[in-house]
Amino acid sequence: MGDTNPDDVLDTVGLYCPIPIIKTAERIRRMETGRILKVVSDDRVILIDMPAWCRSTGHEYLGHTQQGGEFGLFVRKTGGRGAKR
Amino acid sequence: MSAAPEGRPDTIKAIGLLSGGLDSTLAARVLLEQGIEVVGLHFSTGFCMNDHRRAMARPEEDPKRMRNEGLRAGADLGIPIEVLDAGEAYMKMVLNPKHGYGKRANPCIDCRIFMIHGAAEYMREHGGHFVFTGEVLGQRPMSQHMQALRMIEKECGIEGYLLRPLSAKHLPPTIPEQSGWVDRDRLLGLSGRSRKDQMALSETWGIADYPQPSGGCCYLADESFARRFHDKRLHAEPDTIRRDEMILLKVGRHFRLSDGVKIIVARDESENQFLARFESPGWRFEALRCGSPITVVEGDPDDNLKVLIASITARYSDRRGEPLVEVAARRDGKEEVLVVPPVADQVLEAYRI
Repeated sequence: MGDTNPDDVLDTVGLYCPIPIIKTAERIRRMETGRILKVVSDDRVILIDMPAWCRSTGHEYLGHTQQGGEFGLFVRKTGGRGAKR
Repeated sequence: MSAAPEGRPDTIKAIGLLSGGLDSTLAARVLLEQGIEVVGLHFSTGFCMNDHRRAMARPEEDPKRMRNEGLRAGADLGIPIEVLDAGEAYMKMVLNPKHGYGKRANPCIDCRIFMIHGAAEYMREHGGHFVFTGEVLGQRPMSQHMQALRMIEKECGIEGYLLRPLSAKHLPPTIPEQSGWVDRDRLLGLSGRSRKDQMALSETWGIADYPQPSGGCCYLADESFARRFHDKRLHAEPDTIRRDEMILLKVGRHFRLSDGVKIIVARDESENQFLARFESPGWRFEALRCGSPITVVEGDPDDNLKVLIASITARYSDRRGEPLVEVAARRDGKEEVLVVPPVADQVLEAYRI
């Protein structure tokens, strides 16, 4: 993916499913619509779970970068759907 | 999806337990077909096999097999999923279930009550109209017979507000049905252990990507885990057992050496790395100058037990064929080296949990 400047960064290295997703949901809830969150994780399965969470909640998944064993996943907060945001 | 029937409030919001298995997915879909807004709750209990596979980080594991099925189902259904950490409260329940265990370490009735109670709280906090689950009458012997379904509803304090869309026609009408929020005629009448009807429905609705029905992903229903779990309960006061001790029950080979001493021997490099990262008090053993498992000790072994632990560690090291093996015992920055023969298998088996 190209250059994406996050408004906030969430470090979840060393944490495994579903804690990074729970923490992402908590952080996104506090952000303003349109802002971008970068989630750093070393759990490779998050590359499946994060896009699924975004499809489920309506937030926009922008893609990921990789540096060694760590991934940086980018999520833009939208108006979303349904559950507590 | 279909529109709401005439006379119904514009928005009816249902809060459902969504494991991501076929039943809960279909239950959500039945309600979506009626134009009902659905929010899925996915509880993380700490006993999910997928989650543990992820923590082991074995490179050969297919990531798809380790994904979170609740998130996947929510994405496929187009409904929001709230992932909730069941945390210490769930641990306490697992160690002291009011309604007891099933065949293994599975407190299925208490587990249902825990989750439905959580869903009821969520419903009250977020303006939901009712709670639903994918339970099917008669499918599971412990928690899904008629008496259990009624008792679970009563204990959760939401009598009348708990809908089981897949078996609704076998059950008394709920308040959502009586109030016209849900069309009872369009709910289902499934029962029993066969999944044929569910599979037919999944084909009708194009639901193809779901985990193997009743494949089981809960450690509490696993035979080997259950032996270790009950051994733990037998040798410690349940109230004193920590969450991280439960995590260790999923890893390695377990041997009970005495009432107060147990060891865990890693089975492969991934488990070695996991145990190396895992902070636990007590002794750790490792054979020297060879590939060796890490052995984690729970309890305080005397000198005789230390020799036995060293010989078990040597048995699983790359020097198991040698007459004597040097094994390091480490604790709090101190190291002792024991020179021992690898233990004989027939001796070892007497200690295996």
